[in-house]
Amino acid sequence: MAKAPARKTAAPKKTASTPAPTSNRETPRDPAPYEATPEELETFYREMLLIRRFEEKAGQLYGLGLIGGFCHLYIGQEAVAVGLQSALDGDKDSVITGYRDHGHMLAYGIDPKVIMAELTGRAAGISRGKGGSMHMFSVEHKFYGGHGIVGAQVALGTGLAFAHKYRGDGGVAMAYFGDGAANQGQVYESFNMAELWKLPIIFVIENNQYAMGTSVNRSSAEDQLYRRGESFRIPGMQIDGMDVLAVRGAAEAALEWVRAGKGPILLELKTYRYRGHSMSDPAKYRSREEVQAVRDKSDAIEGLKKLMLDAGIGEEKIKEIDKEIRQVVNEAADFAESAPEPELSDLYTDVLVEQY
Amino acid sequence: MAIELKMPALSPTMEEGTLAKWLVKEGDEVKSGDILAEIETDKATMEYEAVDEGTVAQILIAEGTDNVKVGTVIALIAGEGEEAAPATGPAPAPAPAEQAPTAAEAKSESAEAPKKAESGTDQLAVKAKAQVADPDIPAGTAMVKLTVREALRDAMAEEMRADDRIFVMGEEVAEYQGAYKVTQGLLDEFGARRVVDTPITEYGFAGLGTGAAMGGLRPIIEFMTFNFAMQAIDHIINSAAKTNYMSGGQMRCPIVFRGPNGAASRVGAQHSQNYAPWYASVPGLIVIAPYDAADAKGLLKAAIRSEDPVVFLENELLYGRSFEVPDVEDYVLPIGKARIMREGNDVTIVSYSIGVGLALEAAEALAGEGIDAEVIDLRTLRPLDTATVLASLKKTNRMVVVEEGWPTCSIASELAMVAMEQGFDDLDAPVMRVTDEDVPLPYAANLEKAALVDTPRVIAAVKAACNRG
Repeated sequence: MAKAPARKTAAPKKTASTPAPTSNRETPRDPAPYEATPEELETFYREMLLIRRFEEKAGQLYGLGLIGGFCHLYIGQEAVAVGLQSALDGDKDSVITGYRDHGHMLAYGIDPKVIMAELTGRAAGISRGKGGSMHMFSVEHKFYGGHGIVGAQVALGTGLAFAHKYRGDGGVAMAYFGDGAANQGQVYESFNMAELWKLPIIFVIENNQYAMGTSVNRSSAEDQLYRRGESFRIPGMQIDGMDVLAVRGAAEAALEWVRAGKGPILLELKTYRYRGHSMSDPAKYRSREEVQAVRDKSDAIEGLKKLMLDAGIGEEKIKEIDKEIRQVVNEAADFAESAPEPELSDLYTDVLVEQY
Repeated sequence: MAIELKMPALSPTMEEGTLAKWLVKEGDEVKSGDILAEIETDKATMEYEAVDEGTVAQILIAEGTDNVKVGTVIALIAGEGEEAAPATGPAPAPAPAEQAPTAAEAKSESAEAPKKAESGTDQLAVKAKAQVADPDIPAGTAMVKLTVREALRDAMAEEMRADDRIFVMGEEVAEYQGAYKVTQGLLDEFGARRVVDTPITEYGFAGLGTGAAMGGLRPIIEFMTFNFAMQAIDHIINSAAKTNYMSGGQMRCPIVFRGPNGAASRVGAQHSQNYAPWYASVPGLIVIAPYDAADAKGLLKAAIRSEDPVVFLENELLYGRSFEVPDVEDYVLPIGKARIMREGNDVTIVSYSIGVGLALEAAEALAGEGIDAEVIDLRTLRPLDTATVLASLKKTNRMVVVEEGWPTCSIASELAMVAMEQGFDDLDAPVMRVTDEDVPLPYAANLEKAALVDTPRVIAAVKAACNRG
């Protein structure tokens, strides 16, 4: 029987939880939505809005020819990076992701100017203009990239977790990957070793429903991706990735499990990207109506705005934040447009660390 | 008629071994499958099983005897009438295919060591007697004889003692003591935290190691052979080699990928190739391929200390060869420096890894014919020490490159280009290359022999380069 076409509504209505245990093996507790203070709601909003406005601006700059190559925007998925990373301990935990990496860096508090300047290929960029959109790193923030080969970050992230355990530093690695990468072989090689050695890692599948233009249903025999760890005894949770509080709540449950030394855990965040896979996406594989329906019904930022109003944060305050964020993004864009390109001599630097 | 039990070949490259222990004594009844003895090869201690039934009539080689040649009769079994009939001795159970072929054995029935099937790699494992110099080692330095295998192990152990961030990871590196015994003893000394057996999962553990290096550790990733590293080449090149550059110098990846590379003996096309030119073409990598034990030790120590990702190409056929190694504390060699193995004035022979032995043997033979060859061991293939090669070319005006590998897009073709671009005026003859044939490595002994480089081919090429053909 043929597989059903891609679902029209992207995100499940409520926070799904762990499947019924198939054995008497211990499972993580059911995640509960995070109970945020009004201040925290405001912080989440700021961060999510920054990502959205930043990405919209990046899209514009791409259209103007100021950004080249591949540029993968995070619009629609903001609640995932913000909800998860807000739960991490910035001093000891590490993060790694694929090439759709701008949002994760912004959620980590990295200066939007140096990110945007990297997108425009300037010397002031975080990788000195030599990495570009897909290759950005901040060792200072324990953000390890920014990797262009689909799935590679999963094995690399497992190595970060190995290093945490080896040193006994109490840190946890978080490795993000997409529904597309979830079909790469090395993901399962990594699952096997991570569970075998009880490595402190949270595997995060950002299921935005499409691997480029191929829907999950057209590419995945098991389309419930949170189950993909089962044969390695890695517990999985499926979470509404359009709800920042659900995401944060799941992160807390996952961290509890991993920090207790129980080994890896797999989170599937059901989310949706509004824009194309990259800037050169023909948008032939899904309808305009499908995208619009998600925007109307499940948008993470609109959802959060409602919660803020309920919590007594007034329209005025929200407008004020919106204005501030626009200002930050405009400044980042101005900086990125006016900053000088790298010196030609930089072509030959950083190939090797040492002189031989 | 008694059945002769012969010293078995328990690996493709085994020529002799130690009869470590007899588990039976004269007069014992044995049946098929009984363990008769323990035999220690250069790689491992293995059990030797009975194939025939009978009574142990006589033990000819006492336990504890070293250097027992493959094929030596080690015991006699008195069988029942019909079992005594076959003329062939029992084939060793673990590797029956490696035993001498029946036909060959029948012909040399009475010989002490029946003729072993030939391998093309025999021609690679030359015992070059040429006087080998290393001007970097001060005269009077005490030397100790070590195999390449021991030198590599010592290098890792010494560095691991000094730096807790270093760990060894790979298939069979710990409890098995190394598929080629290179990591022997490391588990005992450093424990399972630092000597880590992996599942068979090259792509996964190469990526894990690379991530651990990014996260601040100093991994040594062993590939059982570099043939299997092709499953992991994405991480070696895309993840490890490019990280420093892509991050604008922010994120380092100090990792060593090591293991045997190049043709092994009679293992066919998928297990026999030289990846040196592949890795040497990648900016961001250091590529090292040592020949002797001293270089193996000094360069592996340097590789482990390097802040850059290193591909360290060893050679299975050299693991068991012994060489003099300076008996000094902390013997570390510079990366990126070639070594003049033999000085000469008429022609420069450049090689690396196992090809150096051929070059030295050829140089020795050529000396008898009045050709005074200089032999250079590149040792590091990236960055390439072109200065040493060009200085030699300036002196001799002729160059031959010897490479156990394919000719196309090889280190040899690279050196020919270097000579043309930077040493054109010094050339009195075209640069010659002596390489393997441009075919996948065949299994049949005669074809394998024909496919691989050998000393006569080196001699012929040198003569041609010297217009003495």
